[in-house]
Amino acid sequence: MESARRTERSPELLAMLADRAKFSRLETVRLAKIAGAGHYTGAFSAAELFAVLYYERLRLDPSRPDWPDRDRFVLSKGHAAIGLYSLLADRGFFDAALLDSYTRFGSPFGDHPDMKKVVGIDFSSGSLGHGLSIAVGMALAARIQDRSYRTYCMCGDGELGEGQIWEAAMSAGHFHLGNLIRIIDRNQLSIDGPTEELMGMEPLHDRFMAFGWQVQRIDGHDIEAILDALDAAEADDPAKPQMVIADTVKGRGVQRMELDVGWHVGKLVGADHDDVVAELQAGLRPVRNTAPIPAETA
Amino acid sequence: MSQLRDAKPISQDLADVFRGDAEAGYSLKDPNSGKGISVTSIPAFVAGEELAALADDDHRIVVLTADLAFANRTMDFAARHPDRFFNVGVAEQNMISIAAGLASAGMLPFAATFASYVALTGCEQIRTDLAYTGMPVRLLGHHSGMSLGFYGTSHHALEDIAMMRAIADLTVVCAADSNQLRAILRASLDHPGAMYIRLGRGRDPEVYSEVPADFEIGRATRLRDGDAATIITTGSELWACLGQRNASPPTTSRSASSTCTRSARSIPRKCSTPVGTPLSSSPSKSTTAAGVSAPPSPRPSWTTARTHGSIASPSPTSTSSSDHPLRCMRTTGSMPMAWSSHCVSCSDHEQELR
Repeated sequence: MESARRTERSPELLAMLADRAKFSRLETVRLAKIAGAGHYTGAFSAAELFAVLYYERLRLDPSRPDWPDRDRFVLSKGHAAIGLYSLLADRGFFDAALLDSYTRFGSPFGDHPDMKKVVGIDFSSGSLGHGLSIAVGMALAARIQDRSYRTYCMCGDGELGEGQIWEAAMSAGHFHLGNLIRIIDRNQLSIDGPTEELMGMEPLHDRFMAFGWQVQRIDGHDIEAILDALDAAEADDPAKPQMVIADTVKGRGVQRMELDVGWHVGKLVGADHDDVVAELQAGLRPVRNTAPIPAETA
Repeated sequence: MSQLRDAKPISQDLADVFRGDAEAGYSLKDPNSGKGISVTSIPAFVAGEELAALADDDHRIVVLTADLAFANRTMDFAARHPDRFFNVGVAEQNMISIAAGLASAGMLPFAATFASYVALTGCEQIRTDLAYTGMPVRLLGHHSGMSLGFYGTSHHALEDIAMMRAIADLTVVCAADSNQLRAILRASLDHPGAMYIRLGRGRDPEVYSEVPADFEIGRATRLRDGDAATIITTGSELWACLGQRNASPPTTSRSASSTCTRSARSIPRKCSTPVGTPLSSSPSKSTTAAGVSAPPSPRPSWTTARTHGSIASPSPTSTSSSDHPLRCMRTTGSMPMAWSSHCVSCSDHEQELR
């Protein structure tokens, strides 16, 4: 393990990361237009997390996508890939022009990412609940091979309903995988409604603490908070897997979509499309809709 | 574990047999009737030992199990390579996906548990995380078919071959005995993609006296020549088809064994064979010279030999004739494997009859 680091919070860095989050959202809108529909809101909620991971955090070399010592990233909520593809291209894993084929017949880019087709994707996903187990395997491999890479895994919150997630959480704690960092995009909605109405999952902090994880809970759209949390995750108890519960807003960045359950999958057309692009280009505004998550039990 | 063993009461000897820990020479045969378990361990479960030896040189090998390290003898691997052995507890889906993650990082995982919980519980993980991604994970599904007998239907794996065969880019291999299992494991080291390796219950009789040198994944081996009938089989059925438990096995049939099915994608799938005719439901079993019990006549669905691919064409057969040396045909071609689950139940029934 490397020693703990304190990321330099220069204004330039923060501005760059915010700009890349904006870029992810704009590209999501562009790609969804090519496809005719898309998972807008689950990608918007993860935009700042993607930006920090791919422009500040992950140890990557786009010229060597199979580099054995690269940090791994498993996007367990595979439906957010539409927000990630453009960042992979922008980082240099592949030619951005390839994205014009998004979801077209024969294209490597589908709604859910395929590791055999998209350079830079560390593992295929789409079937919810698998990703954390796969990340556990990657983290165990680092231990066996005595490699210093870290494995990051991003799960959704609706995904926590899958039983395998809890099998994996139990095993990560049991195996003391301090090289595993899991981020939950806690965007409050799954397809049929607010998670707490559909199948309550709080208190997440306490639940995962009980499974042997070191847990932090942050504002998942606050770039500085994300950097702080990931710094702390690297510095914390090396014998415990690290979890960052990122409280986010599904649809963040487009007010008409924020916490609107109708936009899990959608299609923007005509003036609506143009309005959304203009809104995103103007930058984040305060969240309009609020659906507070019940407070943690102590 | 040893301290527990030291303190065990004598009545726990049965547990040792199940766990493969029984001391050599021990028998659970009833001294009066002579019936019972005539073996003292589970000698066919050599995967732990074989993989431990292979892992001395191959640093990719890692072994996982789901709370069955003793029952499948992966403990033999754990003893020699504890840093490359993971027991995930009763969590088969987690085990399979962890194996996928290990494989993606350059490891060669072998994951073992009961066939029913590998193939049925973990089916979607196998398809999505192993086969479609091309991960070189080797699943060891042991106690397949009805070999867990009175433990009940929850522990039987009658559907596993059909399910695994339906998954593209998954190689399915059935081991006939411990020596062939060793050959399979050795051949698996460089085999592309994921594999489902199907095992019996660990007490499978020895068919090969040594590790077959000519073993090749995907190719049948002719074991016996004859002119009356052709039997094509796979896995634990092979021993029964060779008539090994009879003093004078038939010489008028020929027998070929194929251990393997290739990926579903590469096989023409036109298996029109009626399935779902459980042999063991036959009320009046007769045993032929070949040691294979026959269904009541007429049951034409069992008497039509079918082959695909490179397996030798079988002789046309009509097994309704009582003087035919083989009254029950099992074919696996290359392979309508749905039949093989019945083959297993057949051989299991034979064991029960003993």
